[in-house]
Amino acid sequence: MIARLTVAERQSALLILIVMSFLGLAMAAAGRGTPFGLHGFLVIAASIGVGLPLLRKFYAPEPDPAQFEQYYDDPTKVGIVLAMLWAIAGMFVGVWVAALLAWPDLTIDAAWASFGRLRPIHTSGVIFGFGGNALIATSFHVLQRTSRARLPDQLSPWFVLLGYNLFCVVAATGYMMGVTQSKEYAEPEWYADIWLVIVWVVYFLIYIRTLARRKEPHIYVANWYYMAFILVVAILHIVNNLAVPVSFGDFKSYSAFSGVQDAMTQWWYGHNAVAFFLTAGFLGMLYYYLPKRAGRPIFSYRLSIISFWGITFMYMWAGSHHLHYTALPQWVQTLGMTFSIVLLVPSWASAGNALATLNGAWHKVRDDATLRFMMVAAVFYGISTFEGSFMAIRAVNSLSHYTDWTVGHVHAGALGWVAMITFGSIYALVPWMWKRETMYSARLIEVHFWLALAGTVVYVFAMWNSGIIQGLMWRTYTDSGTLAYSFIDSLVAMHPYYIARAFGGLLFLLGAIVGTYNVLMTIRVAKRERAQSGGGTDVPSYGRDPVLQAGE
Amino acid sequence: MSEFHRKIERNTMRFVLAIIVVASIGGIVEIAPLFTIKSTVEAAPNMRVYTPLELAGRSIYMREGCYACHSQMIRTLRDEVERYGPYSLAVESQYDHPMLWGSKRTGPDIARVGEKYSDAWHVAHLYNPRDVVPESVMPAYRWLLRNELRIDDLPGHLRAMRDVGVPYTDAMIENAAKDAFGQAAPESDAAVGVTERYGAATHMRAFDGNAGRLTEMDALVAYLQIMGKLTDAAQKTEQTKIGE
Ligand code: HEM
Ligand code: HEM
Repeated sequence: MIARLTVAERQSALLILIVMSFLGLAMAAAGRGTPFGLHGFLVIAASIGVGLPLLRKFYAPEPDPAQFEQYYDDPTKVGIVLAMLWAIAGMFVGVWVAALLAWPDLTIDAAWASFGRLRPIHTSGVIFGFGGNALIATSFHVLQRTSRARLPDQLSPWFVLLGYNLFCVVAATGYMMGVTQSKEYAEPEWYADIWLVIVWVVYFLIYIRTLARRKEPHIYVANWYYMAFILVVAILHIVNNLAVPVSFGDFKSYSAFSGVQDAMTQWWYGHNAVAFFLTAGFLGMLYYYLPKRAGRPIFSYRLSIISFWGITFMYMWAGSHHLHYTALPQWVQTLGMTFSIVLLVPSWASAGNALATLNGAWHKVRDDATLRFMMVAAVFYGISTFEGSFMAIRAVNSLSHYTDWTVGHVHAGALGWVAMITFGSIYALVPWMWKRETMYSARLIEVHFWLALAGTVVYVFAMWNSGIIQGLMWRTYTDSGTLAYSFIDSLVAMHPYYIARAFGGLLFLLGAIVGTYNVLMTIRVAKRERAQSGGGTDVPSYGRDPVLQAGE
Repeated sequence: MSEFHRKIERNTMRFVLAIIVVASIGGIVEIAPLFTIKSTVEAAPNMRVYTPLELAGRSIYMREGCYACHSQMIRTLRDEVERYGPYSLAVESQYDHPMLWGSKRTGPDIARVGEKYSDAWHVAHLYNPRDVVPESVMPAYRWLLRNELRIDDLPGHLRAMRDVGVPYTDAMIENAAKDAFGQAAPESDAAVGVTERYGAATHMRAFDGNAGRLTEMDALVAYLQIMGKLTDAAQKTEQTKIGE
């Protein structure tokens, strides 16, 4: 892969790595003996880890110019594998924290292994590690195919992919050492945040530069979503993470915002991390891989437009539904509730558009587990957005807030929608990337599908039950007008559901392991077969197989 | 509509700008006024800042992820007010950078846990929750009692807090490390001046039961005991918003 970089690109890469090593050294020196210093060493180690293979091929001859006639997919390939590995790691920690809630004494006396430090490793691991890598990998693929243009250069996609993974590793190791801002889904501290901004700017520039070279007059729908994902996540990330560090050399910082303003900023961020990370980006996947796999164009161009702009506009108002009945002024709560309810329209427009696209291809859904993953994802997208709009109603939220119902809703979205659309897309993408007809094993996709579906259903039903029971117990009164249950009573009632949840999660994790095995075996088999296979027709600008445009 | 849209989607920069404008409106309308409308945060003249020891305890609370299971926000609902006390006011977290309202109650709300239990109860509970609450699923935090509290960097922490708007005085910043030690060792020389700077009601005692050694347990318990006690504004406010 490195020999495919031009000599100039290899030189720039080396320069970047040298600069990073020095940065790491400065961090290590300034934060001697503290987590900040250890992260300095991590940066140095990462730079060397990438630098050594680079140096080994540094003097290889210039690559064959013919490669510039083809799409550049190396970062996508690596991104797919990284996404699968993060899936296993993140979900393993998910099962671990689920088990800790069922059996709290099954642990060791070590700070890094306690629930509070592991939980953000789970959330960041699955959202940013698994989801983020999948988004980056697929976005590079979709961007090139729908623009019929090659990525503008070969260095910046690597910078984005590897730099992003460095961010994820710094985040996860930081939590173990107690480095956290405590803002949900924005836990990484100031230095990781600054690094992510740099990575993200380069990511955005790749998008803009590739679109500038496109051979298609229109920007395809999937790219609208990927662009909204990149742009809005940047805005959210920068605003919510504004903070003053104690010093250079100290990992700790203090948020620029406090109290009620901080709460609103945080949940404006938090809800839109859901909207633009866990929804918009994955809708981008849906809008490309589902029609492609089904062999049918998107049902309605008009619905695509409505749902895109509806989501982009309305989600940003909805964050305050996380703060119902709190010290947030009521007018903001009311606005958040109103927009959350109307949000159902563009959400179901997307889900409906996807399902209507499958009309006429239902026999394929029946026979093809890959397409079934995507179909089920669209259904769960519809379910979780309906549930979300329902929970945003103040009266409903008074029951659901603070309970496991929220966790159930989260995982209906996260397992049923985010993970399913990702697995479906990856199963579609891997054979294309490694130039094979099919995945290594269709049976194993089938096995994965049923494990994932069963796991999701068990998880979500367990949490619906426990959440509603919990909410009701907290507000039940005796005939004499006193609270009927102590808090501990409600906790005891949760125990069986916590066990069920851990079991459901385990099924889901097993599915992810099966999937990873299948992907890795496909790669292995493809490498063995490569000698025989030709380049195919998957090339820029004169590809025979036209991209699917909405409305076509 | 389709014709108009076909124009936008042919031009990258136009599309980018459209996304930024459309996505910015909601946040601007909902967040900006919270900084300017006075009634958003109630007035509480007697509100005090965290002592350096309490602030260090708060950092430990964040470090261990306590916020993942405990909320610090009592909602304006009858059962919550009866279970946990007067509903939380915005002013009570005015000096919280960031706020720790939380979003999940695996354990109970602790916005008003201050002075509800003894220090010894907290120490036993943090050492092994199931010793005092057999059904609890909370993790045991034994290392808090083992780890000495780092205090030499506390002036820097107070200064950063002042930079984001918390009214720490020069004297508070200068004496931060000494005050942290003194608060948990009331008989020592270091204790002189703590109550002058932070008020006569400041808790001065060896929170972990051992005045000779300042541990992370001291800091965390000091923080727990001040929760809901920085101001009495909530107790003085008539609970008119219940169920609204
Ligand atoms: C129309 C769309 C949606 C609406 C209106 C909505 C609404 C809500 C509401 C009301 C809550 C509970 C807030 C609380 O009481 O604390 C919530 C929590 C959450 N939702 Fe959704 N939701 C939607 C779609 C989704 C989707 C598709 C996902 C995807 C993966 C998702 C992920 C989450 C997460 C992660 C939380 C938990 C936040 C936290 O407390 O940490 N939501 N949502
Ligand atoms: C093997 C599968 C999984 C298991 C067993 C699992 C388990 C858990 C557990 C136990 C929690 C903590 C709940 C609590 O504090 O009460 C949690 C939280 C969370 N998980 Fe998962 N999870 C899994 C997969 C996923 C995936 C794939 C995603 C996202 C793509 C995800 C996103 C989240 C989020 C956002 C939260 C925080 C919810 C909140 O704060 O309200 N999880 N998960």
